[in-house]
Amino acid sequence: MPNNQVEFIRGGQLNSVANVKPTDTLLDHLRLNDGAYGTKEGCAEGDCGACTVVLGRQVNGEMQYRPVNSCIYFMGMVDGQEVITIDDLAARGQDLHPVQQAMVDLHGSQCGFCTPGFVMALFALYHGQGSVDRDDITTQIAGNLCRCTGYRPIIEAGLKACQNRQDDRFDGQMQATAKLLAARPLEDLFIGDDTRFFAAPKSLASLAELYAKHTDATIVAGATDVGLWVTKRLMDLPKIIYIGDVVGLDHIIDQSQNLTLGAAVTYAHAEQALARIDADIGETLRRLGSKQVRESGTVGGNIANGSPIGDMPPILIALGADIVLQKADKSRVLKLEDYFIAYGKQDRQQGEFLKEIIIPKLAKNEYFRCYKISKRFDQDISAVMAAFHFTIVEQKITQARIAFGGMAATPKRAAATEAALVGLDILSFDENHTLLDKLAEDFTPLSDMRASAQYRLDVAKGLLTKAIVEAGELAGETRVIKRREAS
Amino acid sequence: MSDLNVVGKPHLHDSAKGHVSGTAIYIDDRPDLAGTLHIAPGYADETCGSIKSIDLSAVKAAEGVVCVLTAADIPGVNDCSPAMGDDEIFASSEITFHGQVVFAVVAKTRILARRAAKLAKIEIETNEPLITASDGRKANASVLPTYKFEGGDADLAISNAALKITDQLKIGGQEHFYLEGQIALAIPKDTGEYIIYSSTQHPAEIQHTIAKMLNLQDAAVVCETRRMGGAFGGKESQAAQWAAIAALAVFVTGKPAKVRLDRDDDMMMTGKRHDFDCQWSVGFDQNGVIEGMKVNYDARCGVSADLSMGINDRAMFHTDNAYFYQNFDITSHRVRTNTVSNTAFRGFGGPQGVLFAERMIEGIAIKTGRDPLDVRCANFYREGKQTTPYGMQIEDNIIADIVTELEATSDYRARRREIEKFNQNNRYLKKGLALTPVKFGIAFTLKHLNQAGALVHVYADGSVQINHGGTEMGQGLNTKVAQVVAEGFGIDLSQVYITATSTDKVPNTTPTAASSGSDLNGKAAQVAVEKIKQRLIDLAAKLYDVETTQIEFANNQVICGEHKLSFAALANKAFLARISLSDTGFYSTPKITWDRDKKTGRPFLYFSYGASCSEVIIDTLTGEMKVTRVDILHDVGNSINPAIDIGQIEGGFVQGMGWLTTEELMFDGKGRLTTHAPSTYKIPTAYDVPEDFRVNLNPSNGNLENTIYKSKAIGEPPVMLATSVYCAVFDAIASLKKGAVPNLPAPTTPEAILNAIKAI
Repeated sequence: MPNNQVEFIRGGQLNSVANVKPTDTLLDHLRLNDGAYGTKEGCAEGDCGACTVVLGRQVNGEMQYRPVNSCIYFMGMVDGQEVITIDDLAARGQDLHPVQQAMVDLHGSQCGFCTPGFVMALFALYHGQGSVDRDDITTQIAGNLCRCTGYRPIIEAGLKACQNRQDDRFDGQMQATAKLLAARPLEDLFIGDDTRFFAAPKSLASLAELYAKHTDATIVAGATDVGLWVTKRLMDLPKIIYIGDVVGLDHIIDQSQNLTLGAAVTYAHAEQALARIDADIGETLRRLGSKQVRESGTVGGNIANGSPIGDMPPILIALGADIVLQKADKSRVLKLEDYFIAYGKQDRQQGEFLKEIIIPKLAKNEYFRCYKISKRFDQDISAVMAAFHFTIVEQKITQARIAFGGMAATPKRAAATEAALVGLDILSFDENHTLLDKLAEDFTPLSDMRASAQYRLDVAKGLLTKAIVEAGELAGETRVIKRREAS
Repeated sequence: MSDLNVVGKPHLHDSAKGHVSGTAIYIDDRPDLAGTLHIAPGYADETCGSIKSIDLSAVKAAEGVVCVLTAADIPGVNDCSPAMGDDEIFASSEITFHGQVVFAVVAKTRILARRAAKLAKIEIETNEPLITASDGRKANASVLPTYKFEGGDADLAISNAALKITDQLKIGGQEHFYLEGQIALAIPKDTGEYIIYSSTQHPAEIQHTIAKMLNLQDAAVVCETRRMGGAFGGKESQAAQWAAIAALAVFVTGKPAKVRLDRDDDMMMTGKRHDFDCQWSVGFDQNGVIEGMKVNYDARCGVSADLSMGINDRAMFHTDNAYFYQNFDITSHRVRTNTVSNTAFRGFGGPQGVLFAERMIEGIAIKTGRDPLDVRCANFYREGKQTTPYGMQIEDNIIADIVTELEATSDYRARRREIEKFNQNNRYLKKGLALTPVKFGIAFTLKHLNQAGALVHVYADGSVQINHGGTEMGQGLNTKVAQVVAEGFGIDLSQVYITATSTDKVPNTTPTAASSGSDLNGKAAQVAVEKIKQRLIDLAAKLYDVETTQIEFANNQVICGEHKLSFAALANKAFLARISLSDTGFYSTPKITWDRDKKTGRPFLYFSYGASCSEVIIDTLTGEMKVTRVDILHDVGNSINPAIDIGQIEGGFVQGMGWLTTEELMFDGKGRLTTHAPSTYKIPTAYDVPEDFRVNLNPSNGNLENTIYKSKAIGEPPVMLATSVYCAVFDAIASLKKGAVPNLPAPTTPEAILNAIKAI
């Protein structure tokens, strides 16, 4: 018998919640059921961070803490984790947590509404690995909007707390918590009946069986997109299959030729391995969504949802990635670029789910660049995402794979441009080269609130120029944000 | 101010510990009373036209729905406008913008109300909407009459000038994006009376709107506001509609009722900063000294007047920024469009006027080949040239001193040379630099708003409660007023308790706006304190047989000649002696004599001054931009609380920077806002704030006017410090071609920058 209630640890106690509906959110549970009002709702779409809470996972007997947006995090997904909210941080009547105290001391709050979210995001960093610098802080809180302070005192509070770190009461409880979580048997979770349910299968076999039976179910990995279908489009999703706990979808296999990512691997988990392929991928990931989004959202989800504006597909297509789709016990391998057929249409049969992504690494004379263009650097959906993959022999391009997002109804290769580039002497290239006009043959982009069609085409030319100019290392500085090599 | 103990110190925000702990209560954090109903507004998915039919049957039949409110349910006046009577709570016969509320669902839970609100069938006989300001101008549509400041002969001066420019500038609007959205909770109080908890900058107006709607007298309605999760002007007039709907639900059902807008609804249904189209000409000499200028503003006001009179007037009042104009023609059209009614936003029109002025200066600098900073200095108000376009004489001008100081501390000249070198050596990246001034007039230009009241209670144990008419939206007003009270009684700040703003404690209040909160309420509180204190002094003089002049209040003690007792002990003695320990204070700003019709008199008590220097780097291949360093010097007189003032400066600057860089409001061809969520509307994040951010308060001898502890207002002026970011971007683009003037609108998105680069 699978489990039929959500179990999690909060305040050192094992909590059980029955009657969880498929798309109930953690935030609503906290505020409406539990009367825990410290956690705020700012936007209900995971874009402001006011609802940030920290979830703890037991990994090899240790607790790992990560911030998530509780407004779009389904309650069932909490199963088997520790939940820490602003209401839990300082025991009633006790001293403030060092993060809280630093925020007070440095005047880090004005209206105070965003503050609990900032405190929780910084609390997760406080419990992170390694030393903390200013860059780490701004990256950690990129998903937390503050409209009052201008952030400077919050950044300083984060630095003060994290750079003078002392054990807090969570450090003291950690082993007991990890033990409590580790002791739970690994059982599938199924809440509801065959018409309405939240299910969290724990094995690939369970997932395959369940999805074969319910091909109309919605598969959820991080809910950073599906969450909005519920909170914004008010969609009724009666059947949810959560894959975040499936053993067999959580693997990162880093080999010399390829990097393989299981479909449920989060951006945060994959970040370092991907950044080692190229620093630009690391930079794109740093800017993709926010820490909260990357700790829930998955590379696989970015593919499976078929979005034309996802940041990862152009990168993966340019690298020549394959995906593996599975249905019941059969699987097939597909070129990622062939998966995207048209707007809203992918080569995924009913009952098929994404199992893994196989990403070829760069060979010696292969050169890679990717660029994310958005109105705001951090936590913004791209107007244009571009990825360039050239083979360069003696200053000449011998092979080119270029993929763009935001330029067509799907992530798409620039076939005409690629063909024209072959044989190009990169030192002969500049922003006035006629070859740039090939991009207009490849793409007729649309205008929307992120950019006009004209800008999209203009910036595509600019990015192709930048990629080639950077390959030739001729033009002095080319980045307003420095390219940061992977750590 | 060394003789002060509490005022002038960087005390923590009174709610800081509550903020970081999640225990500071916002309206949605009040546990529901049994039976509380939840409300969601509903609208027609059209922009404008007459309502042919409203079919609410599916809405009423939906799960959990208790009732549906429409205009027909309103017993009194269907209006939530601040003055002009032109904003319906529920559209009765016409739709005038997309998202206009037609009905509201009252249901058992919020999600059920939201779901049901989508089920209405509303038929509209549609009309062609006026979307942009230029659409409205072409159709001669306006919400208010055109207004003008004229002096000298602008046309003649321009035509006689050695050099001239005719140009235009488009300035975008701005969404407030307060983190706590619009919310109101209404509760039946006693037979036929109401209490409303509203996230509003103007509780008295909420009270009045609801009374008017329900045919009640004002005294039957109480509105309380403890704190807002941000407001920035967005809750000055436009919190009223939601409070009214909540109160109407109570009227109809008898149950407590709450409305909390979904973020997308909030962004669609509430007004924003006005976007401006500016057309202008200027004539000047070889040194860039302005001889005549002429500007026409077409401001998109939306469907109704709301606060557009004051806002557009203030844009005109700040068209000079810090510059003397001899011959001028400043014209303001208040254009009506079929978009949500634009409203107050920190700066209240000032930022648009200032941005225009600084853009004009940048153009002059290019034409004369002079550094923009030299052109600025050449045009500053100065001895003999202190008359503004509205006739007020400037008496406190310190702009040249501030700019000179910042020029030195920011190392402006050396960095200018370094940037020139960088730009020569880099083909694709260019840097820009700008140092811009701000002069901002302090007072409501609507004279009667310049008043405030306060209520102070001293308890017999010596603890003190302070209540005043101002509202706390994060700006630290309550902390500053409490400091004034503590200072007055010579007690610790911890002895002073702040209470929620409530119309039953201090009546007939004006909005917390126009940067005036601590100027007004601090003074009112001080008046109340002095009254109580005088009675305590009289008592102590009698008890200890000393002269009243020998009595001092300090360090929680009252010194009466050779006697000394605690403040608490004296309070207790006063109680036993049957002396009142409670009193009110009232303050009205002096010297304000502005007559709008005659265009004479004095609209402002004083001016706030500051300057900022910003450096940016742009990518000419993509239009991307990063602000790399900002230096700010701002004058706050004698600061009541330097930590809070620095917070206002930094926060205001970053908010202004967002307005001028990443924050872009987009409407589609049908007049629907397409940027109605934080996924598409991008306010700055921590990374956008430069690591090198140097903010200083100007060492001051205090306000020349008799303000509270000689401090100066600080809420709005810093927004305009961000003008230097726009000008630095402009400067970077201008570096591409000597003598060419970039065509750069605001906000300076990557697309706007790349377009300007292509066009140069």
